[in-house]
Amino acid sequence: MVRTEQDIKLEKKVSQTILASQQTPAVGEAGHTGEWRTKRPILHTEKCLVVKTGKLTCNLCWLYCPENTVSRSIPPKFNYDYCKGCGICATECPAHAIEMISEKEAPSCEGNEGGN
Amino acid sequence: MVIKVSELPEEEMILPGTRLCSGCGIQLAYRWALKALGPKTIITNPASCSTVCGGVGGYTPLKVPAFYCCFETVAANAAGAAAALKAKGQDKDVVVLAWAGDGGTYDIGIQGLSGASERGDNFIFACVNNQAYMNTGIQRSGATPYGATTTTTPILGKQQLNKNMRKIMEAHGLSYIAQTAASHPRDIYEKFKKAREFNGKGVRYIEILGTCPPGWGFPTDQSVHMARLAVETGYWPLLERIEGKLIISQPSKRYLDKSKRKDIREFLKGQSRFRHLKEEDIKIWENYIDAQWDEIREELHKQGDI
Ligand SMILES: Cc1ncc(C[n+]2csc(CCOP(=O)(O)OP(=O)(O)O)c2C)c(N)n1
Ligand code: SF4
Ligand code: SF4
Ligand code: SF4
Ligand SMILES: [Mg+2]
Repeated sequence: MVRTEQDIKLEKKVSQTILASQQTPAVGEAGHTGEWRTKRPILHTEKCLVVKTGKLTCNLCWLYCPENTVSRSIPPKFNYDYCKGCGICATECPAHAIEMISEKEAPSCEGNEGGN
Repeated sequence: MVIKVSELPEEEMILPGTRLCSGCGIQLAYRWALKALGPKTIITNPASCSTVCGGVGGYTPLKVPAFYCCFETVAANAAGAAAALKAKGQDKDVVVLAWAGDGGTYDIGIQGLSGASERGDNFIFACVNNQAYMNTGIQRSGATPYGATTTTTPILGKQQLNKNMRKIMEAHGLSYIAQTAASHPRDIYEKFKKAREFNGKGVRYIEILGTCPPGWGFPTDQSVHMARLAVETGYWPLLERIEGKLIISQPSKRYLDKSKRKDIREFLKGQSRFRHLKEEDIKIWENYIDAQWDEIREELHKQGDI
């Protein structure tokens, strides 16, 4: 099929529109979603199974966090900048090592954008 | 064997700080589906809560390209992307994922999905089923279960059973069909891996039960628990149909035995959308679950598996 000048013009316009609508991947697309929190998860290290065994044997908090704001590490660490405080990690932790505490009573944490 | 948590990959395809609600089961499902498919994935996505996950303006939490399409056209767009990849000789390397809500699958997207399935277009179609049109404020869909209140079924709740979408897809004779739930990230992961392996074998259909705290009416921390109850009561069996053969996935196998299933009331009573249900309504749920397992049992028997 022969492309007419008009076709080429249209193709150019389409590709320009596509380029203009391109997005860049970024952390915190919706801002510091940690500010949404009313409660924050804190770890009772002594109860946590991966701390106790020294091995990555559990990490269900990492598995179940929708936001990917708790790490698969020893001990697990929360990313308070973006953790929305849903409480799933605390509910699912088999060792009850995570407690949800009121944001108002939370000790100020480094890198914390949420809370008061 | 279910994969160990320690063996799952570290790389995330969705960066934290998305626009989705706190405790969203869809985000959890999306996270694991994309972790399974990896960076060489192209998404097509119709209007839904998942679109919100794509972000607005110049930034997105997604590390893979996504095309946001008209509601009706997700499968047609995926078919087009798959055809383009084939023409460029990249169809083995890159996978196309049509990621749609239940509205975009059961109702509005069904003709496109049916057409692509019949033609054998090469992509994975995932229906992330939160059982209503959540993004526009909880309207009833073909996937909304019996009795659930939505903003369009506000008093009595929905008076019909949900459509059996899995059977509709089974009737298309697909190479790979699976059912999974947000409570089972490792099951999601393995099923998307499996669907990836069926590259070149037409549409592969995966349906995920995705929980929605505001739409179902439960606290955000219960999101995984509610989906798990759907599995443990036998309401939502985890299964696969590979080249026509039915396989019940490990976590659901025990529910072939009715006595192992939890009382469906545990699932229903935790959600405000079912608050008004009477005993006779619950009976309808119980019958639904029993009939579903009778059918499964009969088919496994025919296959010589039990
Ligand atoms: C043709 C058309 N009709 C209606 C809408 C409005 N709309 C946008 S998202 C949405 C709800 C989608 O529901 P579902 O597919 O179940 O996805 P969910 O939001 O529940 O994840 C609706 C009705 C639209 N965008 N296009
Ligand atoms: S789920 Fe609980 S026990 Fe397991 S790693 Fe996380 S905090 Fe530790
Ligand atoms: S409270 Fe929710 S968002 Fe925050 S770390 Fe736990 S599971 Fe993730
Ligand atoms: S309305 Fe429901 S499905 Fe949509 S983002 Fe919120 S929790 Fe997720
Ligand atoms: Mg929906």
